[in-house]
This record gives sequence, structure tokens and C-alpha cells, in this order.
Amino acid sequence: MSYTSVLGGHRHRFENLARLLAAASPERSGDRLAGLAARSAQERVAARWALAEVPLTAFLTEPLIPYESDDVTRLILDGHDTAAFAPVAGLTVGEFREWLLSERADAAALAALAPGLTPEMVAAVSKLMGNADLVAVARKVRVVTAFRSTIGLPGRLATRLQPNHPTDDPAGVAAALLDGLLLGSGDAVIGINPATDSPRAVRDLLELLDGVIRRYAIPTQSCVLCHVTTSVDLMERGAPVDLVFQSVAGTQAANASFGVTLGLLDEAYEAALALDRGTVGRNVMYFETGQGSALSADAHHGVDQQTVEARAYAVARRYDPLLVNTVVGFIGPEYLYDGRQILRAALEDHFCGKLLGLPMGLDICYTNHADADDDDVATMLTMLGVAGASFVICTPGGDDIMLNYQSASYHDALYLRQVLGLRPAPEFEAWLASIGLLDEGGGIREVLGEAHPLTAIGRDLAA
Amino acid sequence: MTNLPVHGGDLALWSALRRHTQARIGLGRAGAALPTRHRLELQAAHAAARDAVHSPFAPDTVAAALPGTPTVRVRSAAPDRLTYLQRPDLGRRLHPTDRAHLPAGEWDVVFVIADGLSSRAVHEHAAAVVHATAARLDDTWRLAPVVLAEQARVALGDDIAHAMGAAAVVVLVGERPGMSAADSLGAYLTHAPQPGITTDAHRNCLSNIRPPLGLPYETAATKLTALLTRARELGHSGVDLKDETALTESAADQLPR
Repeated sequence: MSYTSVLGGHRHRFENLARLLAAASPERSGDRLAGLAARSAQERVAARWALAEVPLTAFLTEPLIPYESDDVTRLILDGHDTAAFAPVAGLTVGEFREWLLSERADAAALAALAPGLTPEMVAAVSKLMGNADLVAVARKVRVVTAFRSTIGLPGRLATRLQPNHPTDDPAGVAAALLDGLLLGSGDAVIGINPATDSPRAVRDLLELLDGVIRRYAIPTQSCVLCHVTTSVDLMERGAPVDLVFQSVAGTQAANASFGVTLGLLDEAYEAALALDRGTVGRNVMYFETGQGSALSADAHHGVDQQTVEARAYAVARRYDPLLVNTVVGFIGPEYLYDGRQILRAALEDHFCGKLLGLPMGLDICYTNHADADDDDVATMLTMLGVAGASFVICTPGGDDIMLNYQSASYHDALYLRQVLGLRPAPEFEAWLASIGLLDEGGGIREVLGEAHPLTAIGRDLAA
Repeated sequence: MTNLPVHGGDLALWSALRRHTQARIGLGRAGAALPTRHRLELQAAHAAARDAVHSPFAPDTVAAALPGTPTVRVRSAAPDRLTYLQRPDLGRRLHPTDRAHLPAGEWDVVFVIADGLSSRAVHEHAAAVVHATAARLDDTWRLAPVVLAEQARVALGDDIAHAMGAAAVVVLVGERPGMSAADSLGAYLTHAPQPGITTDAHRNCLSNIRPPLGLPYETAATKLTALLTRARELGHSGVDLKDETALTESAADQLPR
């Protein structure tokens, strides 16, 4: 069905729900590239007026991508929990925004509501929200997951330590790993993007990380971010796989472009659960997403990039993941042009994922051809810290020499913990204390000239 | 800058570890933050990358470095840098009036020098790669005039080769600048390109051409010559065309497609 509203003496018409959502989206280059963006500022606001009147139930009866041709649509609609949806079932999108901002929507109510929400509902309401709204609501949602550390507790911020190296050199990886640990990083995961997806190379890195984690009894988990089929293969051969990684997207066709099906993910999930390597929890999956991936794969079906991103979270939540990371500025300026667009997307993705019940973290990053810099990273980091992000990605000096982009640094995470009073995951915090890295105020003690036991990590491999 | 204090970075351990990685490790701290020296070093690297992205392409500079070689200049459909960065689709299509500049012929290969995301890389390295590669191709190769393309992405080469009737295209393109290199040149070979149909899976890529730190011109030219020859024998290029001289494709994702 079509939707209309009158604004500025002009009657605006949107031919279907997908076009309405796209026109209501805050401006970003990817929607313009796809030919889906509002054609004027007034049309954008007109779309928001019309969207505010749409009942939430419309998203259950008018799928954006046909049920018959897309398994993500089927996953969303077949898995919808009508009982959980009941408290908001009578609301329009505009009323839902007010409900979310009200005191009725406390942590317990939002947690109970999550299975009753679909990605399209949360994407729709996000388009009526300002940046501050996205922070205020997301901050109320806590999603707690665990493997060897517990992620997402109130007052905590975890980090992924990302010691990438362009040729997977073990000494180079160990050097960056040591640097991160000495700066208190790595409680969400120690995760490497390998230079190749070859099972042998991935296994070598897994053994390296597993060796360090065991030797120093670090309460964290490792991940080498390879294709899910590589992980399945390695698990069958007895490699020390803690978490199964996969990039996922919001349509069946986009997932196909990643070489992924729900069946493959089901298989990997069962295999990782069976290994039973966690100590304090059984969340075994690590997913990455990011606005623009569906358009990049020419698989967006005319759905705007923020809404199709939210649909990826429906895929993720099927597997009770430990971590979901939106890699928010990675693809480039043709999807998110500048710091302003990247910030907005970061807040949207975090909000949508959290409302759907996911442990959301972010890779707050930019490429050199985007109009952004380290000040944008600081702004995003601060807002996402206030919004209660579960974890952030950290690299040495904020410069990833393997993927060639800039992300947050280990120092940035220290800053965020300091200014917001956030602490590491409890198990990891106790470990930091046990090896003398925690100071009296709960901060990370600066290791200067003296030898620290951890520096053996570097010394061994550099020898 | 040299008067700024050095922090944890002077420890013997970090010096030893830095031999194994260019990662910015052992930087020390100013409170929770980076010491001033390292903050400014990061800004300097980012500034070099930003300037490489936004410096205008100077086709005269490249043409002057190719004496005796006929050249043709074209633009893509992207009218300016701002549009180019946001509309990769326009950077893959020829400007409508420039199509007529391209001479059709029985060409075996056309070299396209495309600004991509680093004009600096193209100004510094492209002519030398064309020169070294052309010197290795025997007289069974009919070389088209070299095309100098502005606001251009890799797939613009498909459109150019199609318009000229060339059997293969080699696009030499400025790669997306990183923090350690802002002058890296990539080379994409495509045999029998078809605009709008050819995908990245049909291409072979060499990246990080930037002597003395990256791939030398002579090595790049040898690899390109081998790939061109093999593609002509097989009648196609792409993922199943292996480079028997063991090239790396790991940086392919950084090229401005």
C-alpha cells in the first residue's frame, strides 16, 4: 500500500513501506547511491510524518522483501513472539518512540520486549529519533553474554584487542598483543583478521593465541576471523576454536555473496557449542555487520541501508552470540560520507541491535578517503560509551596496518573508562589486578622501564 | 618535534619488537592519552593520505614522462572529487563527450592510467610501469595509445577498452592511501572486458607498486607481461588465472573499484 502526507503545501506520496522508510532515513551517501534517498529535505520530513502514523503491526503484514524469496524475512516473521510484542502491539511508530523514551520502558520491560520486535520496527522508530534519543534508550538496555569473561554488565566496557599483521607474522602479532594487554585491552576477545583464509594459517594463529591465553590464564577468548566453513573444518580437526566468526547481512542474497546460509551457520553453531570451551558462559558466536554491505553486494532489494542492516541482527540473534560488532565506517564514503554520517549510523546500529536483544559493540572507524579524523572517533566513542556499548574494537595507536583503516586505540579505551568510570569485564579486571596492572583507582597502571611478567610474550617470540 | 619527550618507546624490548611489525606499539602514555609526539605522527600520516586523495590529477605530468608514446585524455562521468568519492558508479562510466576521443583499432592491449584514490601514486609510478611493461611485450602486441583517465575507477577501463576495440586492458590506478603509504599503485588486468558485466572476479591484480619499499617496476612489469600472455592463451583473465610468479593479492580490497 502507499503512504502520503502533506507538508509545505505539497502532498508527498510514498509507494510502499520500503520507499517510506528509505525517504525517512537521515541523509547518507549510500542511500543516494542506491537511488533511495529522499529527494529533498522537506520530503524527508514528510516521510517521517507519514511513518509516525504507521502501526507497528504493518511491519508484520507488509514484508519489505517477500517471504517466499528471502530466508531472512522468513526468519524474522516465523520467529516473531506475539506474546512479547503485546505491550506495544497497539502503537504506531510515533507512539512507540514515546513509549521507548518513557519511564515504563525500563531495563526489564525492554528485555522482555526484544523477542516481540522485528528489525523493521526498530529501524522505523530509529528514523524518528534524534541522536540523543538513540543514546537515552540504548543506555537502558543491558544484554549480558559470557564465555570466559562476562560482557555487557552495567558500568563495564569491554574491548576487542586486534593485533593484526599484514603477513600474520607471529612475532608481529605477539608484539601488538603484548601492547594491548599492557594497556588493559582484550576482555571482549583477542581477535585477529588474518591475511589469508587458509586453514593452516588460521590454525597457526589460533594456536598462538590459545597458548598465550592458557599460559597467562587470561579470562578471555580468542578468534581468528575466517570464513565459517574454515572454522567448521578446523573444529573437526581439533583446532582450539573459542568463537566462530562470520560476517552477516540482512538479506539472503547478501549472505549468499558472503558464501553463507542459515544452514551453514546452524552447523557451525552446534559444533562450537559441542566444544564447550567457555568457563562462565556458552555464547560461542561472533558476528560482524555494517551498513552498506547489502548494497555493495547488489542485494538490498530496494531497502534503505540502515533498515537492511537491522535485518542482519535477526540473523545474529538466532545464535545467541557473545559479540555483535557493527564495523561502522569501514566500507567507505560511498556509504557513509563523513564523520556526521558515521556517527549517526553508529548510534542507529547500536540502538537497533540492543533493542533486538544483541550484545552490541562497535568498530568506530574510518578510511582515509572518508571525511573523518581522530576527533570523530573521540566523539563517537564518547557517545557510544554513554549509550552503553558492550565493547569497542581497539588497535595499536588506532592504526590497523593489516586492514589499512583507522579505528579506536587502546589509549582511547583507557580514556573512555576513565571519563565515564567504566571498568573491564569482572573476570578480566580480577586478572589485571592479579598481575599488577590495576592501580588503586581501578585504572590501568602504566608499565615503564621495569620488567613485567607479561613482557615475556614479546621476548619469547621476538628472540 | 625532535625535542618532544620519548616515552615507553625507547625500551629495549619495544625496539626489538618493532623489527617485527610496523604497528604503533609501545607508544607510552600521557595520562590515558597518546604522548604529543605520537599524536602528531598519526596526524602527519593521516594528512599525507588525505592530501593524496584530494590532490588533482595532472595528466600533463604523466604524458611528459611518456615521451614518444601517444596518449589520450578522458574523464569519467563524475564531475568533481566530491561526487567521485560518493558515486563509484559514475567513476566507472566514461564522460559522454570524451568517448569520441578514443581511437578504435585492432588493439591487443590498452594501458589506462587512472587517478583512483591517489593521484600521487599515479604521478610517481604509472609511467615507469607502462614503459617497463611495453618493453617486455614483443611485436605481436599491438599497443593502443595510453589513456589518461581522470576521476576514474578500475571498471572505467572496461568502458574504455570496449570503445577502442581492445582485447585487454591494464588499469594502473592510485590505491586507497593507508597510514604507512600514500603513493601505492595498483594494476588490474582484464581480458575481453564487457562494461557492466565484467566483475572483479574477472580481473587479476597487482598491488603496492611503489619502489623502493613496495613492488619494483621491473617485477611488476614481468608479472604483468606473464599475466597478459597467459590471459591471451586462455582467452580469459580472473580468479582461475594463476600468476606463476607468485604474486600477492592480499591488498586487492584496498583498490578503488
